[in-house]
Amino acid sequence: MTRPDVVVTGLGATTPLGGDVASTWDAMLAGRSGVSALTQEWAGQLPVRIAAQLAVDPSEVLERVKLRRLDRSEAIALIAAQQAWVDAGLADSVDPERLAVSVGSGIGGATTLLAQDDILEASGPRRVSPHTVPMLMPNGPAAWVGLELGAKAGVHSVASACATGAEAIALGLDIIRAGRADVVVAGGTEAVIHPLPIAGFASMRAMSTRNDEPERASRPWDKGRDGFVLGEGAGVVVLERADHAAARGARVYARLAGAGITSDAYDIVQPHAEGEGAIRAIAKAIADADVAKTDITHVNAHATSTPVGDMLEIGALHKALGDHPVLSATKSMTGHLLGAAGALESIAAILAIRDSVVPPTINLDDPDEGLTMDVAAHKARHLEIPAALNNAFGFGGHNVALVFTRA
Amino acid sequence: MTRDEITAGLAEILEEVAGVNPDDVAEGKSFTDDLDVDSLSMVEVVVAAEEKFGVKIPDNEVQNLKTVGDAVSYIAAQS
Repeated sequence: MTRPDVVVTGLGATTPLGGDVASTWDAMLAGRSGVSALTQEWAGQLPVRIAAQLAVDPSEVLERVKLRRLDRSEAIALIAAQQAWVDAGLADSVDPERLAVSVGSGIGGATTLLAQDDILEASGPRRVSPHTVPMLMPNGPAAWVGLELGAKAGVHSVASACATGAEAIALGLDIIRAGRADVVVAGGTEAVIHPLPIAGFASMRAMSTRNDEPERASRPWDKGRDGFVLGEGAGVVVLERADHAAARGARVYARLAGAGITSDAYDIVQPHAEGEGAIRAIAKAIADADVAKTDITHVNAHATSTPVGDMLEIGALHKALGDHPVLSATKSMTGHLLGAAGALESIAAILAIRDSVVPPTINLDDPDEGLTMDVAAHKARHLEIPAALNNAFGFGGHNVALVFTRA
Repeated sequence: MTRDEITAGLAEILEEVAGVNPDDVAEGKSFTDDLDVDSLSMVEVVVAAEEKFGVKIPDNEVQNLKTVGDAVSYIAAQS
């Protein structure tokens, strides 16, 4: 039996650069930063006072009463999924029992948990919202998307920290290949711009403290990089069995040709010192996709702007793929969307293939000597892209690589 | 407080919690069947009503409050 081909037929996103895919992509190609100063009162006491906040607040899109029972991460997952669904033009052309969802989050409903804990402390247990549990449960975003779209082939919620969005897409590929669904709505969501998660990441010394220059703070591969910038947002793709898409005459963005997933078994937060797990993930994705390495002319890298991680990824790409691709670190503009990063960056890789363009990496003013590969610094660059790779790595030692090819 | 005043107070709560149009709120209306208030929202309505009207509505009483009129009668008797 031959393995079914899987294609991407819909895209949706709400990000620090725009409220949908088109505005986000335009801003990326223009090299705009979505990072700004946190002006909330609580930010004053924090060592990190910058973040990449949503360009369009969910309250501008969803009804007030609906929003009352959604964690912010759930609301934006719904918004992105709705966009992707409409974009795919599926409407009634998929059997609900052949429609699955794979949407994950890195941290989940932490802001709901913390807000309800404040209510518990101040007013007692009877005032805690009856919506608390469905708002904070990690499967909440996937469940809401499944409910909204009427998906009955299974609703899945991957959690692999900053690899979540990419792993959710990889799971969608597996589901279609295994014959369990014809269409999978897959992606990631994250909304934890709140003092506690920020304080936690800051205590790990993982975040940039370039508070006076928000737009210049996320600077992957630059010598002056000092940590990641927290972002919020959601990215969702519609994955579809190729013959299902062809039968309904669907517009196809790209093919999801392969995925590679490995784990380091090395340290709970530090990546393996030689990038061993990342190398294997990239190699597996290339083998799974069955493409020539030379066809992969572009990589949307994980590149979060941390001193150690950025260079380990370059080493891993050098070993597993070679030095020929042109790289992008779109986190230089969007900040790090944690569990949504791999999904948003997959969307960027897919659009890079479609438009034959490599999005810029901003703030790369003084490249690290270890940066041995070509990067489209500051400005977007025209390039034929038969295939593109997206990497996503997460705390816990998760490594995910995805290969997309021209449809 | 008159029954109409209590009904108006409940209508405000129902609009805030569940997006119910205040014009639809009348004593004969069922919370679930007519006003589409689900079980979790009903919990919110009860807690908000306790605060607004200064009454206690025990959990075992809530199941008897099928209609807006039931709730108005209960609150009127307690306050």
